[in-house]
Amino acid sequence: MSSIIYNLFDREVQPPYLSPQYKSTVLRAPSKPLVVLKQSLSELSGPLFGDFKLGALDHDLTKNSIKNGEPIGERIVVHGKVLNENGQPIPHTLIEIWQANSCGRYVHKVDQHNAPLDPNFLGAGRCMTDKDGNYKFYTIKPGAYPWGNHPNAWRPNHIHFSLFGANITNRLVTQMYFPGDPLLAHDPIFLSVPPKGRDLLVSQFDLNAAEPDFALAYRFDFVLRGHNATPFENK
Amino acid sequence: MSNKQTPSQTVGPYFAYGLTPEQYLYDFKQLVTNQMVNPINTDNIITITGKVFDGENQPISDAMVEIWQNDGEKQLFGRFGTGTDPENRFIFHTIKPNSVDSQAPHLSVILFMRGQLIHTYTRIYFSDEVVLNAKDTVLISVPEERKATLMAQQKSPGTYEFNIYMQGDKETVFFDI
Repeated sequence: MSSIIYNLFDREVQPPYLSPQYKSTVLRAPSKPLVVLKQSLSELSGPLFGDFKLGALDHDLTKNSIKNGEPIGERIVVHGKVLNENGQPIPHTLIEIWQANSCGRYVHKVDQHNAPLDPNFLGAGRCMTDKDGNYKFYTIKPGAYPWGNHPNAWRPNHIHFSLFGANITNRLVTQMYFPGDPLLAHDPIFLSVPPKGRDLLVSQFDLNAAEPDFALAYRFDFVLRGHNATPFENK
Repeated sequence: MSNKQTPSQTVGPYFAYGLTPEQYLYDFKQLVTNQMVNPINTDNIITITGKVFDGENQPISDAMVEIWQNDGEKQLFGRFGTGTDPENRFIFHTIKPNSVDSQAPHLSVILFMRGQLIHTYTRIYFSDEVVLNAKDTVLISVPEERKATLMAQQKSPGTYEFNIYMQGDKETVFFDI
């Protein structure tokens, strides 16, 4: 029987539940301390998606929702690696993404921002990491958009990511930002992350991965929670 | 590269067409639903419904609930958003897991919502498992007056209600796992 214990959230880099500058946290943040739970089979396992059949275009948001033409906007490659804190790659794990279109408009019915929808862009996709933990999406660079948090509030360009990893302690939902975005300095959601963690949410411009005459590229690596080393490891 | 954890960010209000598209009638295949088992060939199916309440006791309409269960025999996973039910309930169809490692039967809940920068974890236990619940080490570790927040109440055979309160007197126990 293994004696692996997974690390807790690293509060040096993880945002708190309550972050009053982001107003919606005020009525939704737990107010009592979390109860520490000894990890059991329930926590040390999680859904595996190996037997799911992903669509051939699920990872390509520039093509997976075409109705009558190409989506409008700047095509980009978003790629990287999924690792844990021990530096071990996480193979064959599901990554799901969703985002606004190039005008800053979401397909979601609740989004009432007065910017055009793109009939050829849904803004949702998914893929599995390969055996070395690598992933790659093709998409359209998302636009900034206004939101109601405070007067003249605008979200920086971002892509939402959902990851599973080795077990339910590894679960991660986050947002990937773009380098040099002037809105980052004004965004309460990004700024909710302690200063040490903020750079970890900004992708890197990656000209080497750009595809000539087709798309620029950004690299974004993920680090999921790791575990204690045990004497049985690496045997 | 850094081996620091990637920080979490909120799921936001617009997750549905990416994570629960068919439930919300978007044209994108959904991988995971609230139908955790196939009812046609499953005995002992149970239905769990509930709402997620904010600090003013208003039901939250843009939360996403995930349920994981593993009793060593069956591993089941479900996902449901609270934005399609007229009362903003979540609804899951599954089977009750067996007791494993001397724990009482339970489901693990991962909860996401706009206004939550990092997800929360809780557990669903079953009100009709009185004997096993009394011996469950996790439940024993929870303050007596808060234990009820982890208990799905049996409404009728096979039907349970489990409400989640983010704040206040009835605040659900959330776990640091």
